[in-house]
Parts: sequence; C-alpha cells; structure tokens
Amino acid sequence: MSTPEVDVLVVGAGVVGAALIRELSRYELKLLLVEKEVDVSFGTSKANSGIVHSGIHDQTGTLKAQLCVRGCQLFPELAAELGFLYKQNGAVVVARSREELVKLEKLAENGRANGVKGLSLLSREELRRLEPNLSAELAGGLLAPSGGIVVPFDLVFALTENAVANGAKLLVGTEVLGIKEEKDGFLVRTNRQPIRAKVIVNAAGLYGGEVAAMIGDHSIQLYARKGEEYLFDRKLEGLVRRTVFPLPSAISKGILVIPTVDGNIMIGPTAHRVDNDDDLGTSLAGWNEIYTEARKLVPALQPADLITAFAGLRAVGTTGDFLIAPSHVSPRFINAAGIESPGLTAAPAIAEYIVELIKDSGLKLRRKREFNPIRSVVRLRDLNPREQAALMQKDPAYGQIICRCEMVSAGEIRDAIRRGATTLDGVKLRTRSGMGRCQGGFCTPKIIRLLSDELGLPPERISKNGPGSELLFGRLREDQEETAKEEKQHA
Amino acid sequence: MLSIRAVDLVVIGGGPAGMAAALAAAEAGVEEIVLLERQESLGGILPQCIHNGFGLRYFKEELTGPEYAHRFMLELEKHSGIKVKTATMVVQVTADRQVVTTSAAEGLVCYQARAVILAMGCRERPRGAINIPGTRPAGIYTAGSLQYLMNIEGFLPGRTAVILGSGDIGLIMARRLTLEGIRVKAVLELMPYSNGLNRNVVQCLEDFNIPLYLSHTVTAIHGQKRVEKVSVAPVDAELKPLLEKEFDLTCDTLVLSVGLIPENELSLQAGVELDPATGGPVVDSYYHTTVEGIFACGNVAHVHDLVDDVSTESAIAGRAAAAYLRGEIKGNRWLPVKAGRNIRSVVPQRLVAGQTTPLYIRARFPERNALLHVGRGRVKRRIVSPGETIYYTVKPEDIDESAGYIGVSLEGGEGDD
Repeated sequence: MSTPEVDVLVVGAGVVGAALIRELSRYELKLLLVEKEVDVSFGTSKANSGIVHSGIHDQTGTLKAQLCVRGCQLFPELAAELGFLYKQNGAVVVARSREELVKLEKLAENGRANGVKGLSLLSREELRRLEPNLSAELAGGLLAPSGGIVVPFDLVFALTENAVANGAKLLVGTEVLGIKEEKDGFLVRTNRQPIRAKVIVNAAGLYGGEVAAMIGDHSIQLYARKGEEYLFDRKLEGLVRRTVFPLPSAISKGILVIPTVDGNIMIGPTAHRVDNDDDLGTSLAGWNEIYTEARKLVPALQPADLITAFAGLRAVGTTGDFLIAPSHVSPRFINAAGIESPGLTAAPAIAEYIVELIKDSGLKLRRKREFNPIRSVVRLRDLNPREQAALMQKDPAYGQIICRCEMVSAGEIRDAIRRGATTLDGVKLRTRSGMGRCQGGFCTPKIIRLLSDELGLPPERISKNGPGSELLFGRLREDQEETAKEEKQHA
Repeated sequence: MLSIRAVDLVVIGGGPAGMAAALAAAEAGVEEIVLLERQESLGGILPQCIHNGFGLRYFKEELTGPEYAHRFMLELEKHSGIKVKTATMVVQVTADRQVVTTSAAEGLVCYQARAVILAMGCRERPRGAINIPGTRPAGIYTAGSLQYLMNIEGFLPGRTAVILGSGDIGLIMARRLTLEGIRVKAVLELMPYSNGLNRNVVQCLEDFNIPLYLSHTVTAIHGQKRVEKVSVAPVDAELKPLLEKEFDLTCDTLVLSVGLIPENELSLQAGVELDPATGGPVVDSYYHTTVEGIFACGNVAHVHDLVDDVSTESAIAGRAAAAYLRGEIKGNRWLPVKAGRNIRSVVPQRLVAGQTTPLYIRARFPERNALLHVGRGRVKRRIVSPGETIYYTVKPEDIDESAGYIGVSLEGGEGDD
C-alpha cells in the first residue's frame, strides 16, 4: 500500500477537526482528516448540548472568551452556506433571588467586556412577558440575543462534507497509533495505512493527551467530565423559545432548558468528572439532579413527555482555558486540546486561529479559486407542499416515508448513506430517522434493509455505531432451512 | 398546486380497525371509500402475529394473525368502491377533513373527504419514555419491533434475552424467542400483577418454565457496543427500586414491552379532543369524535386486549360514518360517562341517549367480587384485573337522563393478595 503524503493531517473528526478541515479546504493544500470511529462526530460532538453561546460566560482575556464571541458571530453566515440546522433564538440567564440579580449584572459587565452585543437586563415582569412558562419565582434575567442553537452533529456533517467537496480527504475507522518526526514532517502509523504529513493538528478530543504524547509532548493533561441530557417530545415545542440558563457555577454553566432546532425541549447537562473514557451511561442520580434544577426554571416539565436521554464526555484541560498552540516539541505539531464548552461555538473561530498558526509554521497557504462554500441537502419536512410535490415527482423515493415520527423519506436515507453514513446511528444523526417519539420502533428494520442494499452488505453486518454493535445475529433456523430447501430445488 | 380529490370517506390505517370500518361503511352503502395504509400491505400488526388465539369472539374459531387479516382482505376485494392505497403515509389531517398523503407511487395527494375514520393504531413506549439508566448499546428492542424483525424479516436478533414488561406482546415474545432457541432468562414486571391476559401467562411463560418476576424492574443497562447485562431490582409499594437488593442478569438482548400509546398526532392536528385516561379521542356511542365528521376506532381510540373487539367496534364506526353521510346522526343528545371507584377508563366516553352501547371498561387495580355499577345497571364481577377489559353493554333502561351523567364504578370488592 502506498503511503499518502499530505500537507496537513487533522486527527479527530469532531467539531474542531471538522471546522478546521473545512477552513483549510479554502487553500491549495493536500488535506487529510482521520477519525478512529466509523463516522464523523461520533465522539464528544455527538452528545453536545448544541448551544451557540453569546460569549457572556467566559472570563475576559481568555482564549475561550475571544474565540467564543468570534465563533458566535460566524455562525449565521456559516449556516447560510452549509445549510445545517441553526437558529439564533437568543439566551436568557435568570436570577432566582435579589442576591442573584447582583451576580447577573456582573455577568452582563463581563459579557460587554468580551464584546457581546445587545445585552439587556430584564425585570421579573419583562422576563415573564418574554418567556411566560418560566417559573413565577424568578427575580429577573439577562437577555443575550446573539445566542443560538444548532444541531451539533449536523454541523460536523456539514463541515466535513463541504471540505470533502472542496478536495479534502476523510478516512474514518482510522486510528493514529504512533507518530515519528522526520526531516520535513511526520510519519504517522495507523491501524490502516501509514501517512506522511508536513503539519499535524491534534484535535483528538478526549485522546488529545495520548496523541500529543506520541511525539513526546507530555504537556497535555486532560480528564473527562460527563454531561447527561434528557430530551422531551416535540409536542412541547414553544414551551421556551430562548435557551434558559441559571447563573453559572464555578465549573459549568449549570443545568439549562434548551429548545432544540428540531422543536424538542432538552434539559441538562450534568458536569461530573469520570475516570473512564467510555463511560457514556446515564444515571438515576443524573436525572434527579437535572430534573430538580430544570423544574426550578420551567415548572411545567413532566417525565411522561420524555423520549430519550444520552450522555457525552467533555475533554477538560487543567488551565481552565483552551490549549491551542504549537507543541514545544515541534512547531509543525499543533495541539487543539481541552476544547470544552464553549468549544462548539468557538470551533469556526478556532479553525481561523489554527490556520494562522499553520501559516506561522512555514507552510505556504494559497487561496483556492474554485472553493465552493455551499453545501445543500434535501430535508423534506422543511419544504413547502409545492416543493415537496415537485421533488417527489422528480424522484419517487422522496415520497416513500420511512420514519413516520420525523417524516423522513427513503430518498433522504439513501442520500445520507451516499453522504457517508454506514451505520444506523449514522443514518439517524444525518436524517433524524429514529429520533422521534417512537425512537426507531417502526423504522429500524427498514433502515437496516436500506443500509444493507445501498452498502451491499448482508443485514447481519449492519451495526448501530460500528463493529461490535451489530443488530442481528443472522437468520432464524426455519428461514435458513427454507433457503436451503430452495437452493436444493434449484440444483 | 396540489390537486384535490373529493371522496365520501377516507379511512386512515389499514390494520384490523381500518379494514373493518371500511368494510362496514361499504356494506352500509358508502360508495367512494379510500383506505390509506403506510405499510406495503394491509393488515397492520396482524401479519407479524403468527401465533394463534385470534378470532374466538368474532369468528367463533381460532385463527393466527395473518389468517385473521386475510379474511378481511378477501372481503375488501369484493367491494369495488373501496380504493386501497398502500405504502401511503398520511402527513396531515385538518378539521374540515382534508387528508394529505405522500407515496412513492403518487407523490403528494390531498383528499377532501365528507367523513374521516381515524384508525392509526398505537405504538410502543420506547426505552427513553421510561428512563432506564445506563448505556445505549445495540440489542435493545421493543417487543413489537423484535416481532417484526423475526416474523416478517426472519432474523435472529440475539442469543439470550431479558424481557421487561408482562403485557401480552412481551409474553408472546417470551415464547417466540424460546421456540427459536433464544434463552429468555426472565420476564420482569414492575407491577405486582401481570398486565397481560391470564391465558398468555400460562401458555407463554408457565408452559416453558420462564420465570416471571413481579414487582421488579431494570435499574441499569450495561455494555458499550452490545448489551452485556442488565441490573434488576425489586420495587417497593411506591414502585421505587430497592437498590440494595439489586442483581445482574447477563444477556445480549433487552426486550421492552412497557406499554402502548395510541398514535394520535394526526388527531391532534385535526383538533380532536383526547381522553387522558386512554390516550385516544373522546368518542360517543357512534365512535364520533369531538370534531364533526371525524370518527375514531381500534387502538387509536383505546388499546384493546383482543383484535376481535377492534373489529366489532370498528364496524360500529364504519356504519356510523355511513349514517353520518346520509345526514342521520347529527346533533344527538349524549351524556358523559363519569369514572368512579377503581375505574381507569371507559370507552365510549359519551353515550347517546336511547342507544344500546357496548362499553370497554378498564380497572385501576385488581380485586375480587366487586359489583360493577353502570348508571342504574348492576352486575357482579368475580375477578377484576387492569390487564383484562371489563365488558358491559349499556341498555336504555340503565340510563337515568336526569342525573346528567352515567356513573361507572366498581363497588365493594375485596383486595387481591
């Protein structure tokens, strides 16, 4: 097997790696993005809260504050170009008591110092008028109109797809196992083929410390902080329109009530350190903590409307700020580590920032004339009836609904597979099929079929999210016997 | 623009309810009926129910699910006025009875119906709705989707299973899995009694020595990629798990049979009022909903124990829709049903004066030797269980119109121990 040679190798296809590879695809560069999971966004980014933060929370002068505010500004244009699910719904931070009102004013000052525009303090009455379903106990609020919401994995898919359309290469299921520094670059050993790269960007999330250690850089110390989230049925759409924050604690922005772009209400996240890198379970304690806190903000929330829960792990550094800099071992090895909240918001700005670091490393960056910033996908439920009818006339597969809860057609699922989905979760995250109130009860067998047909794999090879998570163990006995009988008859 | 097709009656759902309703309406003289089904063929859930036990009440003989469905399909073929549209999904229903559908064959189509019968059936409660802690690996199935994967698709879904919930589908799947060589380690039931029919507990669990753990639940799911084991604990009287008594069961498959939810998203679009006790539309003796010209029957109205009852009830709705189209059943006087002691739900919720109406009553808790009161009517019930429908047919003489309502209650029963 030949060894591919690239200008920049990005390790990790979470939101940081995805935003970076898309930014780099504006330039005449040979680019490669590698991801150890079977799909992009399958790590920390998948379980993100999906909030585009205004930048009021981060301490003035930090990289977090600078890149969050810049990232938030970049989102509207990025969403227009890439067509991912984003909405500038605004955020309110609420005070529960008179004492907290003082803290709210401090938070507003901090936000203004960070350059956040449009902040305003709200009286109890103004807050209730804006969000009538908030608890009557609340004393006041701080409105940040630039805040938004985004579907985090959709953002990652959009960024990587656009990068690939602009010439970048993506290898999933490819884990970096070792890195050797050479005369003018690196030789990277993976579980698949080796790769030569002039510059490496370490965007490996929770595994950033291990990847840095491969070149002898032991400065990156990370730990995992778990966040559980609970999702409610879309019938609650409109319960709150803005993302509702309590006042922040020392380590997190607290338990939030989040309207999702798709119309669900989500509550969470917890913030607890865990020792295990694959501890993605939810817990009764987590639920109790989140539900208790969320009800203080929005009393109408009922457990009967829950449809699912999930958990994710944030990669947290030791400095309290993002760690984005060339390694002390090599200027051509750039770490992007400890990207906890507001990492998703900051990602587009982190990408710009790293491009400057790459320029500093000596690599020549020349703008690509044919760069196309636009990516478009068909989303049936976002079209008006006339557009839907026209689409179905052109391609009947868009008329065949597979996921009844979220109204996803066979055509969209086929598109998702051609866009890179190889698993049930890959299809689900790209199309929302199986994400609705029945949670895949009806559509799972049909999606297994579509994946099997489109990928040319037997159904028992189709998995939930990669090897080891296959859904079926083969065929039933009587089914096998029948097949054998038929074969005999043919012979 | 969308072309609009005018028809007399649109029936949404081609399962047992929709088939029986369409058939009854045609037999009662409705000339143009469109029967809409989202699956590729009619029958709803019946084709995957390959076990027997169907038809004892309706046909007075024992049939399998596919056989039961087939009888209705043959009847439907005899009526040229019934246009069956399979692989067709209804995406919208309005209060003025416009029904928008999509299909690969015809794209987007809008029907303007003079009457609509809602017969969408129900769906299963998923894991998230009962909030089981733990990981999210492959190998967690609701009982009905597992039944589809095995009986329609012919797949082997696992090797060792634990089933949570002792509703009828859970019990039937315990036997089905066992017959396919999959070891069922336990059926767990949160309540102190099974939610399924007693005959299913005997025929599906006891006959196969599958242990039923009453007052137990799953407290955690373990496994990163595939289910590896589940933690199980008994629950106290408030249904809270006693975690100090928790134990593990290794398995690669967890089957959930934790309740059915009538699928009323379309009903809500049309402005139909739902009964919180059933999750289905509020209906009168004619299965007429609170929106004029829209009827509802089968599991979309309330979850039934037996498909036979679905057929009987849906035929009433079909005939009523026909009568409505002839202008016969407008503005009837009705009295509300009022649920009293130990009554969870009663369907229909509104009884038309002067009518004989079969009631489907569900109790809140098990008891023995209770007296069922329905208006002035009284009848003794030896055994009452929330898992089994209580039948009662209201006769005009049971109704005291001056009371303004019909009280339904179970009185003087003895606690079940």
